[in-house]
Amino acid sequence: MRWIAIKLARAGITMWLVVTFVFFVLRISGDPTDTLLPDDIDEATRVFYRRLWGLDQPLLTQYLNYLAALFQGDFGISFRNNLDAFDLVMERVPKTLLLTATALFISLAIGIPLGILAALYRDSWLDRLVMSVAVFGFSMPNFFLGILLILLFSLNLRLLPSSGSGTWAHLIMPSATLGISFAAQFARYTRSSMIDVLSKPYMRTARSKGAGLARQMNKHALPNASVPIVTILGFKIGDLIGGAVITETVFAWPGIGRLLTNAVANRDLAVVQCIMILLALTMVFANAITDLIYGWIDPRVRVGAGAQQK
Amino acid sequence: MSTASVIQSRRWHPIRFLAGMPLAVIFAALFMAVMVFVMIFAKIIQPYEFDFINLLTRLSPPVPLSGSTWAHPAGTDTLGRDLMSRLLVGTQTSMLLALLGTCLGAVLGVSFGFIAAHKGGFWDEVIMGLVDFQAAMPWFIVALAVLAFLGNSIVIFVAIMALYGWESYARITRGLVLSAREQGYALAVRGLGARARWVYLRHILPNIAGPLLVQLTVNFPSTILFETSLSFLGLGIRPPLTSLGQMLGEGRDYLINAWWLAVVPGLTIFLITLSMSILGDWLRGKLDPSLED
Amino acid sequence: MSYLVATDLARSFAFGRKGLFIRRTRFFAVNGVSMHVDKGTTHGIVGESGCGKSTLAKLLLGLIPADQGSVNLDGVPILGVPETAWRSLRQRVQLVYQDAAGALDPRLKIRAQVEEPLAIHGLPKDPAEDALHAVGLSGALADRYPHEMSGGQLQRVVIARALALSPELLVLDEPVSALDVSIQAQIVNLLMDLQRDRGLTYVFVSHDLSVVRHISDRISVMYLGQIVEEAGRDALFARPLHPYTVALMAAVPEPDPRRARSSFRPMGDPPNPAFPPAGCRYHPRCPLAQAQCTTTPPPLRELGARRVACHFAQEEVQ
Repeated sequence: MRWIAIKLARAGITMWLVVTFVFFVLRISGDPTDTLLPDDIDEATRVFYRRLWGLDQPLLTQYLNYLAALFQGDFGISFRNNLDAFDLVMERVPKTLLLTATALFISLAIGIPLGILAALYRDSWLDRLVMSVAVFGFSMPNFFLGILLILLFSLNLRLLPSSGSGTWAHLIMPSATLGISFAAQFARYTRSSMIDVLSKPYMRTARSKGAGLARQMNKHALPNASVPIVTILGFKIGDLIGGAVITETVFAWPGIGRLLTNAVANRDLAVVQCIMILLALTMVFANAITDLIYGWIDPRVRVGAGAQQK
Repeated sequence: MSTASVIQSRRWHPIRFLAGMPLAVIFAALFMAVMVFVMIFAKIIQPYEFDFINLLTRLSPPVPLSGSTWAHPAGTDTLGRDLMSRLLVGTQTSMLLALLGTCLGAVLGVSFGFIAAHKGGFWDEVIMGLVDFQAAMPWFIVALAVLAFLGNSIVIFVAIMALYGWESYARITRGLVLSAREQGYALAVRGLGARARWVYLRHILPNIAGPLLVQLTVNFPSTILFETSLSFLGLGIRPPLTSLGQMLGEGRDYLINAWWLAVVPGLTIFLITLSMSILGDWLRGKLDPSLED
Repeated sequence: MSYLVATDLARSFAFGRKGLFIRRTRFFAVNGVSMHVDKGTTHGIVGESGCGKSTLAKLLLGLIPADQGSVNLDGVPILGVPETAWRSLRQRVQLVYQDAAGALDPRLKIRAQVEEPLAIHGLPKDPAEDALHAVGLSGALADRYPHEMSGGQLQRVVIARALALSPELLVLDEPVSALDVSIQAQIVNLLMDLQRDRGLTYVFVSHDLSVVRHISDRISVMYLGQIVEEAGRDALFARPLHPYTVALMAAVPEPDPRRARSSFRPMGDPPNPAFPPAGCRYHPRCPLAQAQCTTTPPPLRELGARRVACHFAQEEVQ
């Protein structure tokens, strides 16, 4: 229990650090009423916000006001269309979630079985084939893959739409693009994890007890092999989000990734700030969940280092 | 890292060495050699000035296709600029940036790793905390934010690239130094009266150079992808400069009628990352067979 | 004259869970040891594993700090000295220990490693070949790497390196335990030759009584962090006074079948050093134990030139 509390406390501290970092960088980059509000608002609104954000007050008060505003979901107003940044972002979150979830699913569904296969038939032609494909897979930059797919399936074969969203057809190429690199990585990790597990003495014991392959796998191999995979999964969430940003841009997928790219290009800081904090929250949350799952799967971690004495 | 295999790798015969390399590795090494050559000599060997505009020859395809001309064997872009020249210079930019970023990141990370291992205690906690923080944050996203807030100057961009991936070096170095320090010979040399610095430089650093080198080859492709991704989005290298990512970003708008504008630089990026991955895997296998899987 | 003097050395280690409110248990690896070694002699220290002899060896060299006590070499303190002084002291005292291969950098040639000590202290270089000759190795080995040499050769190299600074005192911690018996004899003889030629003083730590017997002038027997008996080599082997010493000797394979086997094997396993028995630490395994042994720890008494820590030490022990 205490251990869970520590994890949550750590997560909280990280969030606080991120928010503070954003605050200071915002202040460095210029007067917030210039950066966070559109150019063409009238002086009265500007003065209003200046007073609201307490820009004529000491830094600490400003900081506290900033935090307060964040908690209420007030991130400022987007340049482009005078809309509230927060609303703008939240509107697009479901799209990105759809994309990343599908991509993750694809990568796990392809990567893990391939990795297991490669491990089971280690050093055979199948193994080498899978591993070669895997190397190709994660060396391929995802924006290039996306473009190649568009070339092939949209422009030549005219099978799939190259941009936008709305139907299943729209979802296929972006999620495949995003998912393939991770599929390759997961295949590699699964393979090495499985090989490691398969060589352990308790596997031999299971075999000698006459357990069939399925039982060996399900009861012994998979649970143990999944431990490192889960940890890695946690680390890869960040890369997944980064990849989503690019993929959405390539396929004009209306998610927050594309929004972020445009916002950065236009220096629309209200939106950038909002997305950053949102993403940081997601990352911290994902890491915490991964830690928890890891602790649940692997009892050794829960008890801590003290149990290893004597 | 098994000491026996390190030693074996130090005393090789060149012929046996080359014969023992798989074909893929040889090709990868050759390709990277060409890339390094381009990285150094691009501006000298380019057939035209890479930013020389000539609207008369615009959108000419590469040689095997119809409508092409030998004057521009790789084709031209929408402003009539020779693609081969742009490819060479773009490769140079991407390679240089990746090399710079990797080396700076390595120097930074290794130094921090040494400090953490040597000082221990408070500094160790602080540095490891930074490492964890950096590892948790997708640096790509952070880079986007920094570019948005602080604008995109070449200095900021290089700084961002340098900070990419330092944490992996720091973590590895720290671990390796901690275990190397407990090695018999490290203790023995201390017992002979050597200063800590002597032991680190003369005994520990050379012995951990292997895994660090492997990490370099693993990080290099990621660094290239990092730069090309940012440039592709229009947020990294921007005109009048060019990089492989920037070319790809430009070419994307012309997929319908001039697909080579995007495919050629993209293919180059892919081949670079592929070669480095192959080399990295092979290197790792050479240095410590037990790590191969 | 007394050259190396150790006074009341103690060194403890802590273990157990570290926590804000959990104090870690301490156990004393070395518990109140005093001894002295005469110049140019070899002082052997024997005992089972865990008796603290390795810790004692490191304390004598100042390689680890002591909780209490002092060590003096010819009047110069060894413990608790500042870094620079400690480093220059290395030119006078050196350690040779068991794992010769581990003590050498696998990446460097033998030459570099044997010449390194002089380079460290900025002293003029001595050719490696000479150093190798001195320990009975061919100079050609200087260009080899550690993994190309046998255990015995490596140990000679380590000795050569230790002697590079012309130290006065060598502390050897199980230097031959990892070697084949025939090689052991060679190394021990080499050490004895070197001692004679260079006037070295040795402290020789081992669990192997027969090796210690061969090389030592004087021997201390350690048990659970304390010296339980100490005597000249011949006197000790002719007439051991402490039951533990007798048990140790009984464990040595005796080639002469006519000599009666002693019934003095220690009973049971060695106790956990963290929780030593009350009174005399040896009493649970001692065939002579009486009531007073369970309550009063026997002091290390002087009997002529010997020292014994046993209540019954006056008596003849069969």
